[in-house]
Amino acid sequence: MALHIITGNRLIDGLVVFLAEDGGWTETLAASRVIEDDEELAQMKTLAAAAAKAAIVVEPYPIDVTRDDGEVRPVRYRERIRAFGPSIHPAFAKQDAAGHFAAEDDDEESPVSRKRA
Amino acid sequence: MYRYDEFDQRLIDERVAQFREQVARRLSGELTEDEFKPLRLMNGVYLQLHAYMLRVSIPYGLLSSRQLRMLAHIARTYDRDYGHFTTRQNIQYNWPKLEDLPDILADLASVEMHAIQTSGNSFRNTTADQYAGVAADEVEDSRIYAEIIRQWSTLHPEFSFLPRKFKIAVTASPKDRTAVWFHDIGVIMHRDEQGEVGFEILAGGGQGRTPMIGKTVRKFVPKKHLLSYLEAIMRVYNMLGRRDNLFKARIKILVHETGIDEFRRLVEAEWAQIKNGYLDLPQAEIDRITDHFQPPAYETLADASPEFKKKLREDKDFATWITANTAAHKRSGYAIVNLSLKPIGVPPGDLTSAQMDAVADLADRYSFGELRATHEQNLTFADVRKTDLYALWQELKKHNLATANVGLIGDIICCPGLDYCALANARSIPVAQRIARRFQDLKRQHDIGPLRLKMSGCINACGHHHVGHIGILGVDRKGEEYYQITLGGSADEHASIGDILGPAFPSDKVVDAVEALIDTYLDIRNDGEAFLETYRRVGKEPFKERLYATA
Repeated sequence: MALHIITGNRLIDGLVVFLAEDGGWTETLAASRVIEDDEELAQMKTLAAAAAKAAIVVEPYPIDVTRDDGEVRPVRYRERIRAFGPSIHPAFAKQDAAGHFAAEDDDEESPVSRKRA
Repeated sequence: MYRYDEFDQRLIDERVAQFREQVARRLSGELTEDEFKPLRLMNGVYLQLHAYMLRVSIPYGLLSSRQLRMLAHIARTYDRDYGHFTTRQNIQYNWPKLEDLPDILADLASVEMHAIQTSGNSFRNTTADQYAGVAADEVEDSRIYAEIIRQWSTLHPEFSFLPRKFKIAVTASPKDRTAVWFHDIGVIMHRDEQGEVGFEILAGGGQGRTPMIGKTVRKFVPKKHLLSYLEAIMRVYNMLGRRDNLFKARIKILVHETGIDEFRRLVEAEWAQIKNGYLDLPQAEIDRITDHFQPPAYETLADASPEFKKKLREDKDFATWITANTAAHKRSGYAIVNLSLKPIGVPPGDLTSAQMDAVADLADRYSFGELRATHEQNLTFADVRKTDLYALWQELKKHNLATANVGLIGDIICCPGLDYCALANARSIPVAQRIARRFQDLKRQHDIGPLRLKMSGCINACGHHHVGHIGILGVDRKGEEYYQITLGGSADEHASIGDILGPAFPSDKVVDAVEALIDTYLDIRNDGEAFLETYRRVGKEPFKERLYATA
C-alpha cells in the first residue's frame, strides 16, 4: 500500500496541519505520522474525524506521500504547496522544501534573444 | 463618494455582532463545519489551501484614503502585511485567523466597509468603470447607478438564494473598461435619439467553463425604470435558472437555452406587471445619490503647463510613464493616473501595508483623498493636476508603483491560482512573473503595444483568460501543470472569446511560447496595428504554425 499521512486545516487559524505521531496535530511534515497499512489508515481516519468533531481541525483527509531517507514528501503538487507554502513566497516557507520555490531568474533571458545577441 | 446613512451603518454593525457570536459557537464546537460554512461564506470568509481567506467588498472599486489606511491596518495587524486586489475590484486577505475575523469585520465597519455578498449565490459587487465621473468620453457618471444597484441588491430578500452567483457591470462610456459584455447583467448608459439618457440592458454574459457574450434584452430603459427592469430579469432567472446542475446554473445558460427572444418575452411580461410601482426611481432619490458624487473642488487650469511640457521633453522615463499610465480627464489641466500593481517580481495585485499607507497619503495630496481599484488589478487616481504629475511620479517610483506598463504585456491579469486557491488546478502567479520578467524591457513592451495577457489557474476563469488577447489557462495533466493558450479574446466594447490554439504547454515551455506568439505578431503586423487587430486580420494559422513548429 502507498504511504499516507492525514492532513486538514486547524480550525482556529486555518493553517495546514498533519496528524502527528503522538495523536496531536503538527505543522511540521517531518513530525507527521506516516501510515503504512489499511488497518492503521482506518484507525487514524477515525481519530481525525474525532478531532474534527472536537473543533480542532476542519475536514481532515488522507494524502499519498513518499518517504525517502526519512524525508516525508506529498505526492501531489497541490499537497506540496499546502505543506511547503505558496511557491512564490519563500519567506512563508513552512518547512525545508528543496526545489519548491521558483528560481528568480530562470526565464530572465530568452533563448531567442540569446541567439540574437 | 457615497457615505453610509444610519440604516447602512446599523445593518453592518448588527451583522458583525451576529458573526462574532457565530464564530464563538464554531470555536466552541457547538456548530459543525457543515453548519458554519454557509454562515462564514455570507461574510466573505473562505477556507483556502493554506488558511482562511477574507474577501472584502470595495463597492464599484471606489475607496477613500481613510478606508485604504484601514485596509493597511488590517494587513499589518491580522495578516501577513499585504493584501491582494482581485479581478473584481475587491481586496482579499490570505492569512486571517478565524478567531480574529470578528474584530477585522468590526474594523471594516468602522470605515463603512464589509464583506457581505462577496461569496455565495447572491449578487456580488457591482463592477464599474474606474474612470467613472472623470472620463472624457462618458455620457454621465455611472457610479450613481452602481450605488443605486448596490442598495437594491444588498440583502434583497427575494434574491438571497439565487441559482448561482450574480454579477452586474455598469458603464457609461463608448470605450468599455468594465467587461460589461461578460457579466450576468450588463448596463450600458447611453443617450437615445431624443437625447434622453437611459440604459441598454444586456444579460447572459459570463466566463467560467462556458464563456458567453451577453445579449441585448432591451436597447433602452429610462432611468426611472432601471430597478424594475433589473428585478424583472432577476425574477425570470430566479424562477427558471437551473438549480440541478452547478455548471448550468448561471443566467448565461438560461439565456442560451431559452433563446434571447423568448427570454426577452418572459422579462417583458414580468416587467409589465411590476413597472410603474414601488420600484420606480423617484427623481428625488436619484438626486440624493447624485449629491454624494459631486465633482471635487477643481481649479480652473490651462490644459498643460509649460513646466509639464518641459519635463515631458527632458525626462524620457517620465514621458513613457505618461503614455502608458495616464488617461484623458474631462477637466482641462487634470489627468487620470493609473498605479501599476504589476512591478517585476510581485504577484499581480499584491500591495503591502506600507504601500497602502503611502498610496493613501498620495491620494490625499494629489487626488482629493480618493482612489479606485480596477478589475485589471491596478489602482487609479482619478483627479490629478497635470502640474503635479511629475512629483507624483517620483513619489510612486519610491514605492514601486510607477512601472510604465499599464495596458501592455507586463500588466498581466492573474488569479491567485494553486499557490493559494482550493479550486485551482495549476499555479498562475509564478508563470505571470516569469512572463513579466522575460518582457521586462519597457522599450520592448511599448514597441509591442497594447496587449492584454490574462491568466487563470482553473476553468472558473477568475483571471479572465477567455478575454485575453493572449489567454493562458492552467490545467492539470496527470499531476503535471500544463498551460493552454488562447488568442483573440477581448473584454472591451468589441467583445470576443479567445480561440484555443492547440495542445497545452508544460510550465517550462509556456514563456517561450508566449514569446513566439509575440515574435510572430512583430513579424507580420502592419504599421500601427495592435496585436489584437493583427490577429483579427490573419486568424490563428500563422501563430499556430510558429508555435507548434518551434515547440
